[in-house]
Amino acid sequence: MAESKADIRDQSPRQAITLRQQAYKGMEDETEYTFSTDAAVLWRITRLMLRYRLRVALAVAATIAAAVFQLMIPRFLGQAVDNALGLLGSGAVVGEVAREALFEAAMLLLGASILRGVFTLMHNYGGEAIGHLIAYDLRLLFYKKLQSLSFSFHDKMHTGELITRGMLDLEGVRMFVNTGLLRLVLLVNLIGAGGYLLLSTDLLLGALSFSFVPFVAWRSSVARLRLRALWLALQVRMGRLGQIMDENLTGIRVVRAFGAEPHEVGKYDIAADDAMTIADERIRTRAASTSIMTFAYFISMGLVLWVGGIRVLDGEMTVGALTVFLTFITILQQPVRQLGLLVNSIARASTCGGRLFSVLDLEPAISDGPDAKALETTMGAVSFEDVSFAYTDEDAPPVLHDVSFTVPRGKTLGIVGPPGSGKSTIANLLPRYYDPSAGRVTIDGQDIRDLTLASLRQAVRIVQQDAFLFTTSLENNIAYGDPWADDQMVRGAAATAQIDGFVANLPGGYETLVGERGVSLSGGQKQRIAIARAALLEAAVLVFDDSTAAIDAETERRIRAALRNHMQNCATIIISHRLGALRHADEIIFLEEGRIVERGNHDSLIAAAGRYAALFALQSRDDASQDAAQ
Amino acid sequence: MTAIPRHDHPQNDGGDHPQDDGRDHHGRPPRAVVGSQINQDEEMFGAAFDGRVVRRFFHYVRPYRQRINTALIAVLVFTGAQLAIPLIIRYAIDEALVARQDGGSDGGGGMAILAGAIAAFAVVIIVNYGASYIQDRLVGLTGEKVIFDLRRAMFVHLQHVGLSFMDKTEIGRMMSRLQGDVNSLQEFLENSITAIGDLVLLFGIVAIMLILDFKLGLLTLSVVPVLLFVRLIWLPRARIAFRGARETNSSANGALAEGIHAVRTVQGMGREAVNFALYTEKAQQNLAAHLRSAKFAQAMIPIVDTLTGAAMGIVVVVGGALVLDDALDIGVMVAFLFYVQRFFDPIRSLTIQYSVMQRAMASGQRIFEVLEVPIAIADGPDAADPADIEGEIEFDHVTFGYVKNQPVLKDISFTVHKGETVALVGPTGSGKTSITSLLHRFYEVWDGGVKIDGRDVRDYAKAALGRHIAMVLQDPFLFTGSIFENIRFRTQAASREDVERAAKVVGAHDFIARLPGSYDTMLEQQGRNLSLGQRQLLSFARALVADAKILILDEATANIDSYTERQIQIALSRLLEGRTAIVIAHRLATVRGADRIVVLQEGRIVETGPHDALIAEGGLYARLYALNYASFDDIPEDILADAINEQART
Repeated sequence: MAESKADIRDQSPRQAITLRQQAYKGMEDETEYTFSTDAAVLWRITRLMLRYRLRVALAVAATIAAAVFQLMIPRFLGQAVDNALGLLGSGAVVGEVAREALFEAAMLLLGASILRGVFTLMHNYGGEAIGHLIAYDLRLLFYKKLQSLSFSFHDKMHTGELITRGMLDLEGVRMFVNTGLLRLVLLVNLIGAGGYLLLSTDLLLGALSFSFVPFVAWRSSVARLRLRALWLALQVRMGRLGQIMDENLTGIRVVRAFGAEPHEVGKYDIAADDAMTIADERIRTRAASTSIMTFAYFISMGLVLWVGGIRVLDGEMTVGALTVFLTFITILQQPVRQLGLLVNSIARASTCGGRLFSVLDLEPAISDGPDAKALETTMGAVSFEDVSFAYTDEDAPPVLHDVSFTVPRGKTLGIVGPPGSGKSTIANLLPRYYDPSAGRVTIDGQDIRDLTLASLRQAVRIVQQDAFLFTTSLENNIAYGDPWADDQMVRGAAATAQIDGFVANLPGGYETLVGERGVSLSGGQKQRIAIARAALLEAAVLVFDDSTAAIDAETERRIRAALRNHMQNCATIIISHRLGALRHADEIIFLEEGRIVERGNHDSLIAAAGRYAALFALQSRDDASQDAAQ
Repeated sequence: MTAIPRHDHPQNDGGDHPQDDGRDHHGRPPRAVVGSQINQDEEMFGAAFDGRVVRRFFHYVRPYRQRINTALIAVLVFTGAQLAIPLIIRYAIDEALVARQDGGSDGGGGMAILAGAIAAFAVVIIVNYGASYIQDRLVGLTGEKVIFDLRRAMFVHLQHVGLSFMDKTEIGRMMSRLQGDVNSLQEFLENSITAIGDLVLLFGIVAIMLILDFKLGLLTLSVVPVLLFVRLIWLPRARIAFRGARETNSSANGALAEGIHAVRTVQGMGREAVNFALYTEKAQQNLAAHLRSAKFAQAMIPIVDTLTGAAMGIVVVVGGALVLDDALDIGVMVAFLFYVQRFFDPIRSLTIQYSVMQRAMASGQRIFEVLEVPIAIADGPDAADPADIEGEIEFDHVTFGYVKNQPVLKDISFTVHKGETVALVGPTGSGKTSITSLLHRFYEVWDGGVKIDGRDVRDYAKAALGRHIAMVLQDPFLFTGSIFENIRFRTQAASREDVERAAKVVGAHDFIARLPGSYDTMLEQQGRNLSLGQRQLLSFARALVADAKILILDEATANIDSYTERQIQIALSRLLEGRTAIVIAHRLATVRGADRIVVLQEGRIVETGPHDALIAEGGLYARLYALNYASFDDIPEDILADAINEQART
């Protein structure tokens, strides 16, 4: 499968492997498509092409012209042969006339060849260019769509699956233009016009010349579809093999520690055998179909030679005319065998296109309403009013029940609770990553659903627990929310997050790359970068979603002190399981199964001697020391 | 929220204005990129032939010699048949058809000759059919087998090379050798065999043309140098264009992948518009590079067609004149026309072969580099493999380091008695992890010895160490597969009940039972669908099922919520029961529970003894303990440094 191989070669090797592994995860359902939607998808791809009408018209015209000149060549060859035999000349000076005729045939041949070449170039280049233009358009649409789709979509969609659609499916759509549509035009012309020419010259010989066409067309289509299925199956298995190797190398210490090398090699062998079986089947299918197609073609040729030979012997036909038939078969052979590629290309484009369009057609669950207004921050007070939330299309129980609280500007709300109690959900409702199923969230009295997303998200800054770091410099990472920040601002933010000392000690300073080729950061350092990112930006509401879990208590205290100035100008929400971090909050709510079960400040909660007090006792060092002393 | 005055810039406009690429807002481009900026292309172009690589490669081909030979014969037969067909046509035309037309004497004789030609044709195409199948099948299969063997050899080898090599190696780079490089060798092997066919075809056509008619053959072949010349000019330029397309493609795809992985951060930070503008730039570069590369790819078509046309023209004019002069048979001219049409195919595939070889040699060098890494630690001939051990550990004046002349452990001696738990405590870099690695013989000591039951670990079989020492690493590594498989891991004999029992003991059963698939729940992406605490518990269960006498445990440093934390402490105490254990402890609760504490500093043991004794001694441990942090990892570096300095002064 030439084009499938090309997909992978297009990448640099290492990246190709990682991307491929991610990509094939989403590939198992590749063959599910129905014929009713097929036509619609192909029509839609064709409509995308029509955006480049002139190019398409040129490419189609070039394709037809290439076919026409291709078809002329056998004629001229036949003429030349007859000229050489002196059959066309008459009268005394046969030689001279024939020589002139030969020269004329040669010139015609050369001219037709050149024009065929030029038009083939235009046909191929045109097809490729239109394909790439469409791919470019789709790439941008896809990227933009992904950026706008809400969290609920990204929660459900495996990243590998999305990467498949953006890379391999897009490629499938692109290839359709040249290997699908234009090749179809070429084939129809060659077979149609060529068939007419030959059949009108000699019905029997024409039919014999064509006898291999239906068989090869059928074999090649069947084989291609089969090879495609096998290829996909093989990729899934090779992906599994790659995963086994990758995990083995990543977890090499565990493997060595348990002396599990033989076990791992066993796992490898099973997966490799599995892949080998498919690879073998693929080779057999390929070998069988290639050889039988060549055989069929040669049988046609033999039949033409036989019957044509008899005609020549009977004087019903010239040697030149026989040459026309023989060379015509030669010319047809290649495009007819490529019919398989065409069928393959159509099948691929319809599945790939279907999958790609299904993403492009999605509407973001959360977007600006028609009358969305920009947020006007006056006080920066945040309110949850009887908010309930459940993940929509699952039967899962509600995550939040009637949660209400208000955080005025300059005040801090602490949220604590066991894992899964709904703490992060509260954080995610604020920037409208999700919408509540009941109740409302307001900032300064404005329902956040009436606001533009841009203004809302600019006002609400969330520091997540697992920060995503980009493979770029540290300063680019810190300035992620404001790429125009100057050096002073970046350094200020880093100082606030207590990461400046660490960065200063790196040889590359703020320009040090993050990741494999640069510095690898610990969990705490990553969290500090995330805090610096937020510290760089203005916010009306600041949320720390367990974002200091990997930072030591003392550093956390210093960060809090450095942020104090900023926190005076906004409403702050701190989610933490480390109670020390919440001790100074103005209000603390204790969540359990989505309900507020306790609320108050530290002292009143300790006095109430409830869950909070119990948790505090558990975490408190004094307590632990007493245990030890006893 | 910054104190610095706010400046306006319109990047937070919701992503609807890609034309705003944000340049020159402050007189310089933004600090923004999408996708990795590192060029990861490993493809380099060097020699197209490296004797050493080819020799080593043929070592892997040798087991399939028989098949390769058969394949080669099939290739030759196949090529021969291809060459014979125009000759048969020539024979039919000259001997049967033209003779009949010219002389008209004996139609029956012509018919018989034609029938003979057709029979010959039939035989040739049947042979061609068989040879074609055998060739395709054997070449493909052998290539696949050789490559699977080679990949397996690398994988198995990597299981035995020293960890010091693995430490230095990027996994991604190794994977690209196991997958990408291996594939280019496969391509090389397959193409080499077909290239032999191409060469034979090329020389066959040349020879037949020259034999049929030397002068006409020579004239026709005169177009070949032109093609070679054009191709030589074209190739290096085209290759640059193709590489440009490949690179911009991977750059754009990398940016897309990053955009997908980071979508939550992008939306949270309002970076949509900036990223879209940057991505558009990459997509444009990609488009331009692809259009350029398409131009190059197609440029050869009219040239080859023109030369084919010219060659046919020469055959028609010169050959036709010869025929008119009765100096050439018309059948020869027809055969020439057939050969000319086939002539350029082998030249095209042979020039491609050159790049394939270059790539294969570079790949081969990288692969054999890996296979040549010595197996650092191998079992001696008398390696002990006892069925059972007591579990007494002794470090006897051990000195060890990773880099020459930079010892990490200096003259370390201590003993862990059977059933005892020893906690290793000390600042980062004090050598705690090295101690545990040496016990398992991941590395060789420089001096001194590590003993289990009085026998040096070097005298044990590696398998024995693996069986008798269980290890729980700081970052609990899980494999893709079911929870059951992960807990059982190497101990394939463990039953479902054994696994469940272990999970119950460490307190993992409850959360496992609540998962939709219970013990059969598949872990994805190395267990990222579980919390860190849960993964930790699974790795405890795994160590428990392995049921080793000696346990090495590197406590997780990351904070786990208090609920899971408590569970882990309980699990830990159960795990340690009845085992000899060395624990790299980070939490005071664990440290206090140990029978003995070994305090390390800069590769030396500075204190050792039970908690109360060390507190009473008032040394480094007492000082750190007095700082009142729940975990030694919580102590900020400057405070830690102060404590150490102070300790040094007293």
